[in-house]
Amino acid sequence: MNKYEPALRPDGPDPDYAAISRDPRFRTLVARRSAFAWTLSGIMLALYLAFTLLVAFDKPLMATTPFGGVTSLGIILGFAVIVIAFGLTGLYVARANREFDRLAAAIRGDLR
Amino acid sequence: MSRRFASAVTLAATLALPSFAYAAGPDIGHVDKQGLNTTAIALFVFFVLLTLGITYRAARATRSTADFYAAGGGITPAQNALAIAGDFMSAASFLGISGLVYRSGFDGLIYSIGFLVGWPIVMFLIAERLRNLGRFTFADVASFRLAPVPLRTLSALGTLVVVALYMIAQMVGAGQLIQLLFGLDYWKAEVLVGVLMIVYVAFGGMKATTWVQIIKACLLLGGATVMALIVLAHFGFSPNAMFEAAIAIHPKGAAIMAPSTVADPVSAISLGLALMFGTAGLPHILMRFFTVKNAADARRSVFYATGLIGYFYILTFVIGFGAISYLMADPSFFKVGANGSFDKITDLIGSTNMVAVDLAGATGGSLFLGFISAVAFATILAVVAGLTLAGASAISHDIYVGVLARGRVPEGREVRISKIAAIVIGLLAIFLGTLFEKQNVAFMVGLAFAVAASCNFPVLLMSILWRGTTTLGATVGGFVGLGASVAMVVLSKAVWVTTFGHASAPFPYENPALFSMPLAFLVIWIVSLADGSARARHEKAAFEAQFVRGETGIGAANAHAH
Repeated sequence: MNKYEPALRPDGPDPDYAAISRDPRFRTLVARRSAFAWTLSGIMLALYLAFTLLVAFDKPLMATTPFGGVTSLGIILGFAVIVIAFGLTGLYVARANREFDRLAAAIRGDLR
Repeated sequence: MSRRFASAVTLAATLALPSFAYAAGPDIGHVDKQGLNTTAIALFVFFVLLTLGITYRAARATRSTADFYAAGGGITPAQNALAIAGDFMSAASFLGISGLVYRSGFDGLIYSIGFLVGWPIVMFLIAERLRNLGRFTFADVASFRLAPVPLRTLSALGTLVVVALYMIAQMVGAGQLIQLLFGLDYWKAEVLVGVLMIVYVAFGGMKATTWVQIIKACLLLGGATVMALIVLAHFGFSPNAMFEAAIAIHPKGAAIMAPSTVADPVSAISLGLALMFGTAGLPHILMRFFTVKNAADARRSVFYATGLIGYFYILTFVIGFGAISYLMADPSFFKVGANGSFDKITDLIGSTNMVAVDLAGATGGSLFLGFISAVAFATILAVVAGLTLAGASAISHDIYVGVLARGRVPEGREVRISKIAAIVIGLLAIFLGTLFEKQNVAFMVGLAFAVAASCNFPVLLMSILWRGTTTLGATVGGFVGLGASVAMVVLSKAVWVTTFGHASAPFPYENPALFSMPLAFLVIWIVSLADGSARARHEKAAFEAQFVRGETGIGAANAHAH
């Protein structure tokens, strides 16, 4: 632990971190959460880069009106990115509240 | 319109929201053109009195460092989300983006999206671990298992650079907006904003800063919602009808429905990366995760905040299009030439950054105009207060306590140092705001995001996620990212050509993040690998405990410490 930072030291003795990190529940938590978080991050980054590249390289495509009227594909995709960004965070919260928090609480519970 | 202003507007358009910062430019010869709107002044005075009352109450409850930096940990996720959204819904994004939509339609959306997509990244990679490992500033986390002196020095420097750049852009924009709306002299506007933000932060700490931000966020969201609804109702709630009307009257015609002003692809991607990852390195945003009870609440805050910010950007888009239909048909909003003709973009009174305010008048009369003007002013105050608090925390918690005093400081003195730091930062902001009045500050917010993405974000992410990160690696990589991003901006067109007057820019792109951010990660990685010191071995061994605590919340700081 950081010996210069008394404010961060937990009250009482430290638990056995090595034992926790060998705990299968901890390994499950870390594996599931990091797979999920990196997948969602990848989706967000890919969508955003795809949108940016379309804006930069294919302006005529973005000007097309797939659903008639004057509403362009660019505007539809732009709004879709906004809605998806919100949706992805919602997806993460839903799974974290349901699954990850329960695993973390079980691991913490053993310490009490 | 002077050539310099015209080029600044073009530049601003490529650099997103800072366009507003240049709102009034040197072209502001008619500061009282909006009239001295008594509603605006009355509402603004009411807002100031209300927030001062809140500050007074907060000051009485602010004693410990946990109170001052983290509002005692007593902020709920919904409140925190409003405060976070408030930090993003600056006057610059409200007025700047709606102005950009007015000028070129679709292109306004590109920037909104860039500002929004950083939030999922904050959620997935940063928010929970930050809350689990830190207490008041992100440097707490970066220095969790790494040597505090270099890491806190680096983080504080990264914080202060980001805060200074962001603050100058806001202060210059504030001065010009207030000049325009209230007819107040530029320097008086600077002093007014500076003094109020000092009072909020120095007396009320995070509690007052958060509540000022929450109130303003509600007012702004409410006002923008009403305006967007009036516009949509006018078109029978058919966006397509709204777009058709805009195309019919806009000088660019159907071109406003597709990308038009976007620069070269490299600059576009580079700006995109800066906006996306810079969000995860903004110190005044990261600080807000310590004001909630635990990691789960930090997570909920991001979810709600993402929704609010996305909703807000949709509103600004509707407002921009509404302004096209409402304003372009009415000569009274323009400087009309001798023959009765006017340019629908360049002749708009008070520049295109005023379209949201003008639209308020067009849709809701002078009462609504006054309300939106007062809200714009309140927005500036709330954002600069948040920045001041982040800067003051870096000085007191990181530099004074963490570096100079090595952690041995009584709480009372730490809070006192923070207050003094807030006063100094406020005075500096007044000074810099006045100094930069006639300068081109449009590139500064883009640069703030680039620095945050190239210094704060890589250091934070690598220290949290990679076992192999060592003090030497993080420090060298962070400084390289900081130095590279600043150097590339100085060598780019915005500074090298526009400000220094050289013929051409050595760095050909508009934003450095595409190069400086990967460079920072690469240097952290290589230097950490090469670091074979005893300290490095100790730090790698200490990763396990940090990792367990970051993932499970074991030993997470409870900010309720009274």
